[in-house]
Amino acid sequence: MKGPVGVFLGQLRRELVAALRSLQEVLNPLVFLFLAITLFALGVGVEPETLGRYAPGIIWVLVLLSNLLALEGLFRRDYDDGTLEQMVLLGRPGFLPVLAKVTAQWLFSGLAMTVLAPLAALLLFLPGEVLGITMLTLLVGSPALTLLGAVGAALTVGLKRGGVLLALLILPLYVPTLIFGAGAVTLAMAGVDVTAQVYWLMAVSMLALTVAPFAVQAALRISLEQS
Amino acid sequence: MLRSLLPRGASLKPLLSIENLGCERDGRLLFGGLTLCLAAGECLELKGPNGSGKSTLLRAVAGLYPDYTGTIEAAQSLYFGHRPGVSAVLTAEENLRWYAALCSGSGAAADALARVGMAGYERVACQHMSAGQQRRVALARLVVCEAPLWLLDEPLTALDASGQALVRALIADQLHRGGAVVCATHQSLEVSGARVLELGVREPAAQAAPG
Repeated sequence: MKGPVGVFLGQLRRELVAALRSLQEVLNPLVFLFLAITLFALGVGVEPETLGRYAPGIIWVLVLLSNLLALEGLFRRDYDDGTLEQMVLLGRPGFLPVLAKVTAQWLFSGLAMTVLAPLAALLLFLPGEVLGITMLTLLVGSPALTLLGAVGAALTVGLKRGGVLLALLILPLYVPTLIFGAGAVTLAMAGVDVTAQVYWLMAVSMLALTVAPFAVQAALRISLEQS
Repeated sequence: MLRSLLPRGASLKPLLSIENLGCERDGRLLFGGLTLCLAAGECLELKGPNGSGKSTLLRAVAGLYPDYTGTIEAAQSLYFGHRPGVSAVLTAEENLRWYAALCSGSGAAADALARVGMAGYERVACQHMSAGQQRRVALARLVVCEAPLWLLDEPLTALDASGQALVRALIADQLHRGGAVVCATHQSLEVSGARVLELGVREPAAQAAPG
């Protein structure tokens, strides 16, 4: 297939194949998520009352951190082997391969975490009636995490140890998503209608979708020009 | 005025025109006042010692290095740098399919691999290949993607004798098609009619006192 659709699909296909070939890198952040959840259960204590009350916040914070962990390697390998500079030079329009890369990244982080949310809910005694709303908020909120994080990953890809800097750059940008995401689940536990919060999460993700691909493209250029 | 700089028989629109290009890196002048014009069918060899700015010049033309003065006008280019641009976890064919999609190229991956002598390696992951074989896979993208201007940075590195002959043949094809090539190399390219630009030629007379 030719044209913009071909560029997007070609890149997406490449990312999916590469991810499946190096499955360990894909699984590590997910394993981290569940390990950290287990640590919370052990540290806070396993009374369903206490743990259940804090579960929304714990899940959302750990999803943010696992996302960061996954994002660190988003451009790293491509930068090292030179495919990143070819992607930036050859891709026309340039934001499309970026969008495809971020999409693949989201499938293996945001979407995977949404699918695994019931397990997290079980470990943290999250009340069953808010499981649906937890998964919904993760589904519509996590694209923003991946998109915004990709900007930071693009800016720090040229640095040898960009991990901490990435966290410092990106975590502040995650605050709106965290507030609306964890807030929605907590309010839902109290029986409040959370349609507004879900719309806000969608709005943040849509805003990120319209801005981030171009920002990533520009950031990648800056990183490549330094090398 | 620009036209007079062009050699006989060249088309009017140059594929690469550089005017008064100057480049400084870490406070050191790499080159300055560089003016050149490259028309269809022309090959320019960049020569010069390590650190003389060959790679920087190529990256500047490719659009990967913005810290220069002067103007660069280049046609759509293919950049072949130090890093091969071959993903290790993917097979040779997957790598080239990606390139074909990325630049909306017309060439088939299998044909391109056959052209660079890698037929039979389509389904081999590139991490299991030698450095020279990976460079050959990287060269295949010159076949898959078409661009009027090639920017090659040390394309002969890690290649055996037949691989070096292959690079020369690819360059000859590109020139024959009416493309242009800028190639930084330490070895001789042996491309007939190639112009040579020597970078990093210092004027030793200014420093060393005679006698």
